[in-house]
Amino acid sequence: MSISSSRLEILKTYKVYIGGQFPRTESGRYYIASNKKGVALANVCLCSRKDFKDSVVAARNAFAGWSSRAAFNRGQILYRIAEMLEGRKAQFVEELTKQDLTKAAAIAEVESCIDRLIYYSGWCDKFQQIFSAVNPVASSHFNFSVPEPMGVVAAVAPQNTSLLGLVSLIAPIIAGGNTIIILGSTQMPLSAITFAEVLHSSDLPGGVVNILTGKVSELLPYFAEHMDVNAVAFCEPDNAAQQLLKDKAAMNMKRVIIKDDMKWSTATAQSPYMIMDFQEIKTTWHPIENIGGAKAGY
Amino acid sequence: MAEKINKEKDCSTFGLRKINMIADKKNIAIPDFRHTAPVDQVGVEERASRFTKRSIKKETKLNGLLLALNMIDLTTLEGKDSDGKVKQLCYKAMHLHDAYPGLPTVAAICVYPSMVKVAKAALGDSGIKVAAVATAFPSGQSSRAVKLSDTRFALANGADEIDMVISRGKFLQGEYNYVFDEIAAIKDACGDTRLKVILETGELGTYDKVRKASEIAMYAGADFIKTSTGKISPAATMPVTLVMLEAIRDFYYATGKRIAMKPAGGISKSKLALYYLVMLNEVLGEAWMNNHWFRFGASSLANDILMQLEKERTGVYQSPNYFSID
Repeated sequence: MSISSSRLEILKTYKVYIGGQFPRTESGRYYIASNKKGVALANVCLCSRKDFKDSVVAARNAFAGWSSRAAFNRGQILYRIAEMLEGRKAQFVEELTKQDLTKAAAIAEVESCIDRLIYYSGWCDKFQQIFSAVNPVASSHFNFSVPEPMGVVAAVAPQNTSLLGLVSLIAPIIAGGNTIIILGSTQMPLSAITFAEVLHSSDLPGGVVNILTGKVSELLPYFAEHMDVNAVAFCEPDNAAQQLLKDKAAMNMKRVIIKDDMKWSTATAQSPYMIMDFQEIKTTWHPIENIGGAKAGY
Repeated sequence: MAEKINKEKDCSTFGLRKINMIADKKNIAIPDFRHTAPVDQVGVEERASRFTKRSIKKETKLNGLLLALNMIDLTTLEGKDSDGKVKQLCYKAMHLHDAYPGLPTVAAICVYPSMVKVAKAALGDSGIKVAAVATAFPSGQSSRAVKLSDTRFALANGADEIDMVISRGKFLQGEYNYVFDEIAAIKDACGDTRLKVILETGELGTYDKVRKASEIAMYAGADFIKTSTGKISPAATMPVTLVMLEAIRDFYYATGKRIAMKPAGGISKSKLALYYLVMLNEVLGEAWMNNHWFRFGASSLANDILMQLEKERTGVYQSPNYFSID
């Protein structure tokens, strides 16, 4: 007993997740995450714009492979992430209780995350059928519309949860074939990085999901400006920040997706429309022979 | 002609004797290439890695990027090259990124001999040179006669510079005289046209051999020494380039003749290009810091530099989607 009480505990440094690796922030900066009582929980990377730049490179490189994977295979991988999370449930519950959640709330949050991953795993190869169309046209063309991923998405995770908001945003974005750079909660960053360890040990290719930690106000302008980012997602009801995002995103016509009225713990926070928010509709006019004077139609 | 015959005879006997160099009409002693001083591998690699630890920011970075852009030999060396592809590349060379005012052009276009005429016509009086890879590029596995006629064909079509490959097989067999004579013969065919000699360092194996090949090329009349064809991996690396730059420096001290350098292949990021410039400045000095004395053989480097320049100008990280491919 005397030995353990005199032992100095080591604070884990939560490193960020970029391109399938866990580097420290390039800036060398960190902050101490603490709970409401002011107990220091961990050293956390305070990411800079260069970390974001590196993440975009990783996400861009991963995009071609991830988006061209069979949708069924993406579903398998999302399922695998859920399995791995289930296996490490106890660790997440403990981490969430450290970050001021009650035990019951923590268990509910982790279970919601697992279920949400399973939910989107199922949708991976089905939403295309729901949202695709064969269009009637008045010429001899076979005309069809299909959803395609937007590309690289830069997202700020909901700041009021440690894990659920993050998972609820990552899952639909990658289910649709996008790659993502996501900034975890500034106040509660621990589970974001522990979740990266889950992703790392599932079959997700490196660079599909990149998780950063740091200050929203510092990184948001770079999320909005970067010319190689195709869409930004933001979940805070902060008008000034939303406006800044929209103004800067106009530079390369990034899509700006605002999700500031979501109740992440309820079933309303999951739907195939969440996947569709990060899809674009591509319509193809395919010339066909007008056989035997057939009428226009399909 | 008498001079040339005399030279070929002399150098093939490998004595330390004075002969007439055709290129500069100076008396230069040809060293015994069997006894080139060995290169300190660990030292070279350590020194080369130190160049990559410099912080180059703001104005220095901007000027470095513009200089590097101006040193590029924009290259297309593929079997599928067509007139259209070469014309497009020439247009790219002249209009790198028109949205950015006051950009320099690249130094040259590097193509196969059959494309020289097209490139020459497309570039007009833009001042951009046309370099042709001749001598059975990239392997160099052909007869002297074929190599000479390849070179003359490129020259007749108007090539401003010739990039030749050495016979690596002969070199590795120790037939240094054969390699020397071949370079001298091609240089003779080139006349005043500048000759780049490609050592293909990826096939030479050791720094000692790179150093030896560099010396053979320079004493045989090369105007440039160039690392690689770009067809073999590894292509240009910093340690190999350092060895060659040191060979150029020592040759300059021994003869007073300046030789240009061209690392080629594998340099696709602007940060790496800046490190090469740092190395160049610290080994050979400012006199070499222009596109007459230093070139980058590259195809994708130009766009990376353009993206960095636009980043410096606008403050916004760039995407390759907004830059022409070629």
